[in-house]
Amino acid sequence: MRRLIATLTVFVVVGAGCGGDDEPGTVTLLTHDSFDVGQEILAQFTAETGWRVEVLAGGDAGQVLNQAILAAGNPVADVLFGVDNTFLSRALDADLFVEYRSGRIDSVAPELDLDPHVTPIDFGDVCINIDRSAFDAPPATLAELTDPAYAGALVVENPATSSPGLAFLLATIAVFGEDGDTTWRDYWEGLVANDVAVTSGWEDAYYGVFSGGSGAGDRPLVVSYASSPPAEVVFAAEPTDTAPTAVLADGCFRQIEFAGVLRGTDDREGAEALIDFMLGRSFQEDIPLRMFVFPANTDAALPKVFVDHTVVPDDPVLMDPEVIETNRERWIREWTAIVLR
Amino acid sequence: MDQGVDGNRPALSRTARLALVGLPLAFLVIFFAWPFVSIVATGLWRDGRFGFSALGQALDEGDLLGVVWFTTWQAVASTVATLLVALPGAYVFARYEFPGKRLLRAAATIPFVLPTVVVGTAFLALFGPGGILGIRLDGSIWAILVAHVFFNYAVVLRTVGGMWSHLDPRLEEAARSLGAGRWRAFRYVTLPLLRPALAAAASIVFLFTFTSFGIVLILGGSRLATLEVEIYRQTALLFDLPVAAVLAVVQLIGVTAILLAYSRYQERRAVEQPLRAAEDIAHRPATAGQRALVGGVLMSMVLLLGTPLAVLIERSLRSSSGYGLAMYRALGDDDGIRAIEPLEAVGNSLGFAAVATLIALVIGLSASVVISYRRSRASRWFDALLMLPLGTSAVTIGFGFIVALDAPVDLRAWPLLIPIAHSLVAIPFVVRSVVPVMRSIRSRLREAAAVLGAPPGRVWREIDLPIVSRAAAVGAGFAAAVSLGEFGATAFVARPDTPTLPLAIFRYLGRPGELNFGRAMALSVVLMVITAIVISLIERFRTPGIGSF
Repeated sequence: MRRLIATLTVFVVVGAGCGGDDEPGTVTLLTHDSFDVGQEILAQFTAETGWRVEVLAGGDAGQVLNQAILAAGNPVADVLFGVDNTFLSRALDADLFVEYRSGRIDSVAPELDLDPHVTPIDFGDVCINIDRSAFDAPPATLAELTDPAYAGALVVENPATSSPGLAFLLATIAVFGEDGDTTWRDYWEGLVANDVAVTSGWEDAYYGVFSGGSGAGDRPLVVSYASSPPAEVVFAAEPTDTAPTAVLADGCFRQIEFAGVLRGTDDREGAEALIDFMLGRSFQEDIPLRMFVFPANTDAALPKVFVDHTVVPDDPVLMDPEVIETNRERWIREWTAIVLR
Repeated sequence: MDQGVDGNRPALSRTARLALVGLPLAFLVIFFAWPFVSIVATGLWRDGRFGFSALGQALDEGDLLGVVWFTTWQAVASTVATLLVALPGAYVFARYEFPGKRLLRAAATIPFVLPTVVVGTAFLALFGPGGILGIRLDGSIWAILVAHVFFNYAVVLRTVGGMWSHLDPRLEEAARSLGAGRWRAFRYVTLPLLRPALAAAASIVFLFTFTSFGIVLILGGSRLATLEVEIYRQTALLFDLPVAAVLAVVQLIGVTAILLAYSRYQERRAVEQPLRAAEDIAHRPATAGQRALVGGVLMSMVLLLGTPLAVLIERSLRSSSGYGLAMYRALGDDDGIRAIEPLEAVGNSLGFAAVATLIALVIGLSASVVISYRRSRASRWFDALLMLPLGTSAVTIGFGFIVALDAPVDLRAWPLLIPIAHSLVAIPFVVRSVVPVMRSIRSRLREAAAVLGAPPGRVWREIDLPIVSRAAAVGAGFAAAVSLGEFGATAFVARPDTPTLPLAIFRYLGRPGELNFGRAMALSVVLMVITAIVISLIERFRTPGIGSF
């Protein structure tokens, strides 16, 4: 019994110390599990502004957003980073953020800047990756993939459970449209006829079914990211200068990740300072090799490995977040009926 | 047979009784019931009143009945399969001594802690496209069943084996000397005595597979969905809280019904019996037949549990330049762009496991005393309540924390919430390991001690504690494993940046590149080894030599 009481006392004391509101001078950043930044970069922020950063991670991007919405108005953090354009509408509808225009917003490409409540921090293109060893003449357009020459070659992720899977579905909808001679439904019928494989997540598709690079499977085409080929070079077991995979630069869906000041924060000043800092060059230039996405700030220099081994598609698919929010569920249901029936 | 266990109740002071009931109850109300009710209410509360229109919607579009049916029958099939496959193992571990027994028992728990995405990789390598075994099982119910047996083997081995190792073999020998065959003796003597432990193991396996998520998602090939998968989809992806709330309530009702049935059964079956020290019972296989039995059972166990683990080990050793320890060395490399400090992850995992195990033991043991010694409808409900978190969707609890734990003290980003979430899942293991044993302790022993003048506290210390501590160690081993494997709601709460081993594995696996995959595999093997070590250490703490009773 005494031990019980002692244990409980410890809980309460520790709880009083750690729970509740953060200490003054600390700005709290709520983000997803894939977030990564160098400690020296955060130290630089503290040196420049006096604010310390505490990072809270809460699962994948969708889960983090939903947590934030459940706590809307009484947030666990001051800044949310990681809401992307496929979920932006949901965040805005929930009135999650207060408006903030960073003084550095002019350094961002205008097509990334979608709403005054959020600040674009990075973007990444979801593109089909190609196992270079498998083709003499690899496909160059999405449309070709229904050609019998590519039967049994493609693996995609389920849009109901995977973020790149959803992005790819949206890309096909943007490219082929809802009406017309060949709708996106017809296109997917064609992919099914061509024996497309579906996995529930990116890990199984890329490492399990894809044959290129570090993949151990037997299909030479996979839905992944434009930054995957440079990652294959950076994370090769033996140093190499050539990427084993390439990007099909057609029908790429651009995911933009935003940061915003959470409504109800009591450290608004620190929150704004953090967003300014995240748009600054040192944070922006740290992004590519940490999170394998591209910096939103056009002044930020790309690492050489990115310049050498990937292409930034000229004409990526950019879809209005509101259109996505309105149609997402229906599209996924229709896709499920076509592909998984 | 059906005699009461009320006479078993040791005299406890009023304060002690209150504390024994109050502590687990308060814990469950704050960290389970309140968050659950809050998130469900959030989902159902529309325009100033509760709306159940979502029920119609859920029935309508989601093929709810189909999902409930599949969820239930795959759980029943998985439970039966696990019991059948693991019982011979439980018998051999209870009755025989052989070299490497402790290590093997600890190793059998390894599958239990591995992240499902890692196990999914191993299974796909075995029977996925281009699999080593040459047969395709992915996308079928068979893949799910095999994986569920793989994950839950240890539950039966440890829960049933633990009880079996204390059963007096003289009972069965007596039956045989009276002319009963081997099967009849087992069927009419051993099996009834084992029933409490069998039911305990079955209830846990059922709950685990009833709420199966990752395995169904990865091996089910997108076509098969359990309630858990649907709840996750509705909550985390579509953010359709009304439908998710309806599904969560459906899940709760199903799980509660099973649990109440179980605890009724358990009470009727509780038999006082002479328990003996395991050391007195287990012996080395003496005859050729016994050696063949032990060898055969161990061989099949190693094949079933070992093959997927061997695949992971093989992959951790493989790189494009051949086999070696390159990936393990790479774990130590600081390439300047590493998101994870493996050593820090090991430390965090062990720290959380220690705290979660402590909480689970404190709460679980007080609850076990109450459940074992009191026999009433209230204690049945109490028992069911303790088990409920195991049968509740992690996303429900995780999002419930966010909605419920903001006042009076804001606990939503409290670091201890992580081990607390683990312990919610771990407490049932402690209770299920301890209660069958506690119920079986003969009251005569206690009475004798009391007659001889021992005060209640001393009776507990001298009679119950040594016996119970062994069962508690089994439960504690599971609690640690549950925490090391990151079960529970932790994926759904905002937690301070404290990467654990499963999270580190997940982060490596989330990026392309040979070094990332290799390091994920190497770290999985590290997780296996740490699990085996932690479990064997906990088992060493068991009070040695219970003596004869």
